[in-house]
Amino acid sequence: MSAKFNLKNFALLAAVSVACVAVPGVLIKFNVIDGYTAQIFTLAGINAIMAISVNIICGMTGQLSLGQAGFMAIGAYACIWFAQVAQLPLPVAVVAAGCLAAIFGFLIGFPTLKLSGDYLAIVTLGFGEILRVIFVNLKSVTGGPNGKRFTTALAAQADLAWFVIVGTLVVVVILLQNFLRSSYGRAILAVREDEIAANSNGISVFRYKMTGFVIAAFVAGIAGALYAPFIGFVKPDLASFNRSVDYLIYVVLGGMGSITGSILAAFTLTYLQEFLRFLQEYRLLFYPVILILVMLFRPQGLLGMRELSFVGIWKKITSRRKA
Amino acid sequence: MARKEDASKGCRMSDVLLAANGISIVFGGLRAVSSFTFELKRGELVGLIGPNGAGKTTVFNMLSGVYTPTEGEICYTDAKGKRYDAHRMKPFQLSKAGVARTFQNIRLFGNLTVEDNVLIAMHQQRGINPLDAVFRTPRYYRDEERLRSRTRELLAIFHIDGKSLELAKNLPYGEQRKLEIVRALASDPNLLLLDEPAAGMNPQETHELMELIAFIREKFNLTILLIEHDMKLVMGICERLVVLDYGRIIAQGVPAEIKANPAVIKAYLGEEAMLDA
Repeated sequence: MSAKFNLKNFALLAAVSVACVAVPGVLIKFNVIDGYTAQIFTLAGINAIMAISVNIICGMTGQLSLGQAGFMAIGAYACIWFAQVAQLPLPVAVVAAGCLAAIFGFLIGFPTLKLSGDYLAIVTLGFGEILRVIFVNLKSVTGGPNGKRFTTALAAQADLAWFVIVGTLVVVVILLQNFLRSSYGRAILAVREDEIAANSNGISVFRYKMTGFVIAAFVAGIAGALYAPFIGFVKPDLASFNRSVDYLIYVVLGGMGSITGSILAAFTLTYLQEFLRFLQEYRLLFYPVILILVMLFRPQGLLGMRELSFVGIWKKITSRRKA
Repeated sequence: MARKEDASKGCRMSDVLLAANGISIVFGGLRAVSSFTFELKRGELVGLIGPNGAGKTTVFNMLSGVYTPTEGEICYTDAKGKRYDAHRMKPFQLSKAGVARTFQNIRLFGNLTVEDNVLIAMHQQRGINPLDAVFRTPRYYRDEERLRSRTRELLAIFHIDGKSLELAKNLPYGEQRKLEIVRALASDPNLLLLDEPAAGMNPQETHELMELIAFIREKFNLTILLIEHDMKLVMGICERLVVLDYGRIIAQGVPAEIKANPAVIKAYLGEEAMLDA
C-alpha cells in the first residue's frame, strides 16, 4: 500500500462526505423528509458519534469502558454552562465542553489505566453512576433531577440541526481516521493486539491507552455538547449505566474496531427503535431478538474489524465496467 | 558493595555491550534464576542453552525489562557509549535504547497486516507529531513513505515482502517466526535477543534460518544472544555458549569445551549416562 497523496481518492472521499451531509439536508429543508424522521436521523448522528467514542476505547484500544455516557453528560452540561453562564458562542462552547470531558478522561484514566484487566470497566461503571448522583444534587448548576432547559435554534430548525450534527460527525470521522492510520493509530492498535509485544517493540502501553481513552472522552464530550442544544433539555439520566450499554451495543453490533460499522449500526438501530413502534409493547421483544440473531450469525459484528471503503467500492465498480 | 563496583567496571570497558551482575528473581518461594552473572561483548553471537525449565526465558525477560530482577543489576551500553541501568527500565525504554527481542510463543499483532506489524516497531523513528497525522500534512506523507520503504527492504531480506498486506495471523508458522525477527530488526537495535527462533521448524528451515541470522548480524552490525533448545544446532553458529540448569550457570565457553563438559552432559542426559561413558 502506498502512502502517497492521491488526488482522485481525495476528491472521491470529499464528494461522498459532502453528499452525505448535503443531500438529506436539502431534502429536509424542502420537507421531502418530514420533521419527525429528520429528528430521528439527526439523533442517530449523535448516537453515531457516541458509538465512535466507545469504539475508540473498546474496539481500537481494547479497554472495556462502561462509562462513556458519563463523559457525554459532562459534555452536555458543560456546553450549557459555557453558552449560558460564560456567554461563549455555541461552536466554541461545544469544543470547550469536549475538552472538559477529555480532562475528566485523563483524571479517571491516570490511576486506572496502569492496571490491566477489568479494572477500567469497574471504575468507569462507578464513574457514570457517581456523576448521575452529582448531577441530581448539584441543583445550582444542573437544575437537579428536573434537568436543565437549553433553547437554541438547533432544537427548532430540523435542517440546521442535521447540517450541524452530521457535519460534525463527518469531520470527526475524517480527522479520527487520519489519526488512526498514522504511526500513532498503529501504536494504539498494537496495544489492543498484544500489550507485552507492543511494550517490547517500543510502545509505551500506558501512554497509548491514555491517548485512546482521552480521545474517546473528548469525542463523547462533543456528542453530549451537541445533544444538549439539539434536544433542548438535559437531565442527569444521560450519565446512567443503561445509556453507556446502549452505545456499547451499537459498537458490538457494528463490529469492534470498525468506525464505519459503528456508524451503520447507530443509524440502523436508532431508526429501528422508531420503526418498530407499530408493534407497540412487542417492540421491546423484537429489538433484543434482532440483537441475538446478529450475535448468533455474525458474532464479529456486521463489519467485523473491516472498514467500509468508498474508494474500494468505487474501484470495484469501475473495474467491473472495464471488464 | 564489591559487586556493584564490578558491574560498573564491566560497563566502563567499551567493548562490553551488556553486563548482568548477580541477577536473581524470586517468584513466591521459587528462585527461578539465581546469581546470573554474564557479559556480552559488542558483536558477539552467544547461545544460551539448557534443559526445559532451566530459566532461559526468565533470563531473557529480565534482560528485556519484562521482569524486574529481585537482586542484582544489568548494565547496557548503546552504540554511542551511553550507559543504562537496564534493570530499572521498562521494555519500551529498552527497545528505544536498542534492545530488541522475539518471543518463544510467537507474539505478533495477529489482526494487523504484516506491513503494520513492522511499521509499529518503527514508531520510535517517526518524524511527525500528532497534528501532522490528523491534518495529513506533506510531512506526514514523506515520513510514512520513508517508513514503508524501509519496511519493504526488511521484509525482502526474509522473502516475505510478497505478503505485506496479509494479516499476520494468516501466515504459515515459519513465516510468523521470520516476521517476528523482522519486527525486532525494524526498531534498529544494537542487541537482538532471540528466544528459540527455530522452534517448530524442520531441519531444512532451521538451517536456512541460522544462515539468515548470521547474515543479518553482519549487515546490521548486531550483537545477538539466542536461546536454543537443541544443542547440536547452536554449536555451529554460536561463538560462545552459556549453559543454564535450575536457574544457575553451570558452564560457559566455546562450543567444543561445552560439548565435553561433564556438568553439561549430566544436566542434559542424567547421572547414569555419565557413568556409562
